[in-house]
Amino acid sequence: MSKDRSSKNTMENSGLSADEQLLFCNARPEPYKPYSIKAVEDFANWARANSLWILAFGTGCCSIELRPLMTARFDISRFGIAGRPTPRQSSVFIIGGYVSVKTLKRIIRSYEQMQGPKFIIALGSCPANGGMYFDSYNTINQFDLYLPVDMYVTGCMPRPEALLAAIMELKEDIKAGNCDGANRYVENLDWYKANQKKVIKNWDMPDYNW
Amino acid sequence: MIYASMSEWFGRVGYFGLTLLIVTVYGLLVGALIERIIAKVQGRVGIPYSQPFINIAKTFFKRTAVSHGIMFYLGPVFRIAGGIGTLAFIPVIYGSEMFSNFSMAGDLFLVIYFMFFGQLGMALGAGESGHPYSAIGIARGLSQMTAYEVPFALAVISIVIQYDTLSITEIVAAQQGGWQNWTVITNWVATLAAMLAFLGMTGYSPFDIFLAPQEIPIGPPTEFHSAYLSFLQINRALFGATKLVLFMNLFFGGATGWVELMIKTLLIYMVAIVVGVAFPRFRVDQGIRFFFKIPTLIGIMSIVYVQMVLA
Ligand code: SF4
Repeated sequence: MSKDRSSKNTMENSGLSADEQLLFCNARPEPYKPYSIKAVEDFANWARANSLWILAFGTGCCSIELRPLMTARFDISRFGIAGRPTPRQSSVFIIGGYVSVKTLKRIIRSYEQMQGPKFIIALGSCPANGGMYFDSYNTINQFDLYLPVDMYVTGCMPRPEALLAAIMELKEDIKAGNCDGANRYVENLDWYKANQKKVIKNWDMPDYNW
Repeated sequence: MIYASMSEWFGRVGYFGLTLLIVTVYGLLVGALIERIIAKVQGRVGIPYSQPFINIAKTFFKRTAVSHGIMFYLGPVFRIAGGIGTLAFIPVIYGSEMFSNFSMAGDLFLVIYFMFFGQLGMALGAGESGHPYSAIGIARGLSQMTAYEVPFALAVISIVIQYDTLSITEIVAAQQGGWQNWTVITNWVATLAAMLAFLGMTGYSPFDIFLAPQEIPIGPPTEFHSAYLSFLQINRALFGATKLVLFMNLFFGGATGWVELMIKTLLIYMVAIVVGVAFPRFRVDQGIRFFFKIPTLIGIMSIVYVQMVLA
């Protein structure tokens, strides 16, 4: 990304020292429009839906439910789903359970490094309403205040079948072109950032992690 | 090579484009087949055959891409140039004017250079991404490559002495007339050394430490995404299939038709797969030590074998 620091379309990066600011890109992300030719966009959506790469990042106890999906019993590779160890290449982020404030910071960093279109599935009751950690001092209660969620799977913990059903539904949504959480995030970036900074006290990263 | 006219040259480029397409599609399909075989070993169903194509379309249609600099752009370009360049000088079908590509005297040298070229370009590109895991992956990949190139180069020298030519077409021509003329029979020592090097080249276990998704996310391509990644995916299939064609030409008598080519290359590939599903991963130092010991010794023996027995 361009290192143009004079343009208006930049982020403040005020959490960083002056020296560190030079090391990071400060451009502001922009929402992306679909392809103007409908057939191309439909084809792209079809390809996106049939090749979902999940970021291998488990945040809480629910993420243990991902493992059975990979192995012989459920085998999600049948549906074009694979795990990816790097956020750059993955397109689905499964929030596997409760999110502590410390983890939230890492989730934000990873999510922003993913390339759009990107989708979030919130797994378990914890990201939806706090679950059994609703009054904990260091977990957040409602995950979609901080990042846009495309699909919820509730339960404590949900069965792998439930997650599989959610992924299938996500696929249908992507094919229909309804999943643009990444754009929602960018359009309401200030609101999301304000929420994030309210809970993350030691904000020592760029405002947007390119 | 000298061409009679411009139109002949253009015709050749057109045929090469066709070869490129066939070999790439074949490489992608074989990749899917191998994934399915590995899945069956693990008791799973595995990916559909169309999956590699969908993956490429998906990464290509990503909406955003960030760059880390010029070399980061050029990394995948060099990589795919290495793949295309390697294929360009390998005669794919023996005796076919159409599919002999730009094969010429001394093409074996060029091919071996081109095989290196892509890896180095990739190393530069991934290096500029600045990701520490990329750097670790490159260090591991290049050191392993240096190690397996030794037995491979020795095996190639051995067959160059044996056939007294540096042209792949002539090497294939010398192996015609039945399986008893194939290098794998006439110079089995060199074939053995080369097949051991082949295990390292394909990057399946026990030599997959440089990709190690569990510890160093995917290794060198960690930072590559979107269209950069689709280039790398295409090249992975193309380069993989090209290496198979090269091995088939050098050691297994080449092919006179596409069906023969597919059967032979698939069987060659199965060697790496069978070893891959049966053995756990080597650490990088173990892998290097392995190549410098037995395969290198066999490589040296193959040269002695050609000089003493075949001469
Ligand atoms: S929903 Fe239950 S299983 Fe899932 S993270 Fe919360 S407490 Fe753990």
